[in-house]
Amino acid sequence: MDIQSCVEVCNEWDIVSARQLGRNMAKELGFGNVDQARITTAISELARNIYLYAGSGKICLEPVEQMGRKGLRIIAVDNGPGIRDIRKVMEDGYTTSGGLGAGLPGVKRLMDEFTIDSTIDSGTEILATKWLR
Amino acid sequence: MNDRDFIIDRYKDLLTTYLNGKNETALYKGQQFSRKLIEQQISPEDVVSHHINVLNDLFPDMTEEMKDAFDFLLEVMIGYGFAYREHQSLRTRQRQLESEIEVAASMQQTLLISDVPTVDSLDIGVKSVPAKKMNGDYFNFVKDDKSISVAVADIIGKGIPAALCMSMIKYAMDSLPEQRMQPNLLLENLNRVVEQNVHPNMFITMLYGLYDTDVHKFYYAGAGHEPGFFYKAATDEFEDMFAKGLVLGVSRTTKYKEYEKQLGPGDMIILLSDGVTECRTSKGFIEREEIVALIRENMHKPAQEIVDSVFHELERLQEFELRDDFTLIILKRMV
Ligand SMILES: Nc1ncnc2c1ncn2[C@@H]1O[C@H](COP(=O)(O)OP(=O)(O)OP(=O)(O)O)[C@@H](O)[C@H]1O
Ligand SMILES: [Mg+2]
Repeated sequence: MDIQSCVEVCNEWDIVSARQLGRNMAKELGFGNVDQARITTAISELARNIYLYAGSGKICLEPVEQMGRKGLRIIAVDNGPGIRDIRKVMEDGYTTSGGLGAGLPGVKRLMDEFTIDSTIDSGTEILATKWLR
Repeated sequence: MNDRDFIIDRYKDLLTTYLNGKNETALYKGQQFSRKLIEQQISPEDVVSHHINVLNDLFPDMTEEMKDAFDFLLEVMIGYGFAYREHQSLRTRQRQLESEIEVAASMQQTLLISDVPTVDSLDIGVKSVPAKKMNGDYFNFVKDDKSISVAVADIIGKGIPAALCMSMIKYAMDSLPEQRMQPNLLLENLNRVVEQNVHPNMFITMLYGLYDTDVHKFYYAGAGHEPGFFYKAATDEFEDMFAKGLVLGVSRTTKYKEYEKQLGPGDMIILLSDGVTECRTSKGFIEREEIVALIRENMHKPAQEIVDSVFHELERLQEFELRDDFTLIILKRMV
């Protein structure tokens, strides 16, 4: 089952590739149009953060199954500078885009599950899962 | 049928009605329906998606390009969904904060509340009303054997920081019992506390006085506070009660001067905060003379009724919209 696919993220075009991969997989798994759009938006945000703040990293996608539920998991990993104050970053209204509701708190809301793990000077790993309804 | 299906069905109905009649009633219903959608926390991208589904049903021969165009719209609406959800969550948080402030405000009121002392020789009236939830004005009475001390303070700065600062002032004053009998020394000590503990851009004005109930003398000192009034019954005149002195917290070494007034029967000491004199009405700021006129009009009443009447009149003049915390205290010597 664990067929993980990854996209290296080094520039803005890679963000599009990551989205494309996410959309294909979401479609295949049977997600509807709205959820497809939500998943790709989450991927965009995570990939853009990697590109902007870590320089490079990767976005991996894997279908998951748990207690009969199917879903899609996004794994965003980088070896960048890490996030100093995660609690603050997860607060609404903190993002540099200023009250557009995007950024990490937005991703958390778009997806069903969200975990973030970050170490200063060594990198960030974010897992976000969306379940099929 | 769950809420979601219900909503899709209803949307389809409303849309069909509109397409058939193209009248304003149907549009009005659509507008009403949007309230329902918001209540149910349906986000914008969901609405677009419902619209697409309904169109697919109603017009099975829609071209592929049109369908694709709708998918594009859906993608664009995701951003609005983002903003919408953030708005929801910020609103919840704001409600929480508001109720926390409410609790804090009532805690502050109970912490800072000062009993108004009763003595035979003095009639005392007090009215202190906050403009917002927390009061930035502070008053305090302490009754001793032969005296009553009174403090009125105003924080330059509003809201919660000001209120927290007030609590500090209260406890600082409680810890200076030896200075209570010497208004200028009390202010000097308090000034040092404020200078050391309060943020440099926050200042406190205060008038502190001691009423000697044996000889009917009022000793007082002021730290940049709005001057009070002194009413002399013998001449039937009001005069300003100036007390020169720098506001608290500016310089560690500020010295204060002590002043005194001798009160005869019927004389009054009137203390206030600048919220009383800075009442803004449609005709501009209230003049100090107008406050005096209001007090004079009500002077025959007991002290508490005077301050109540003055407040109600000023409240009315400001169209019941208090812009600043209001504190008015009257000490009237009885015969
Ligand atoms: N992968 C990462 N590595 C290092 N820092 C990161 C990473 N992702 C996010 N951050 C830090 O967390 C902050 C918040 O990120 P978030 O995506 O929520 O908002 P933003 O990127 O500042 O603004 P927006 O995404 O709304 O345009 C960023 O400003 C950045 O400092
Ligand atoms: Mg970002």
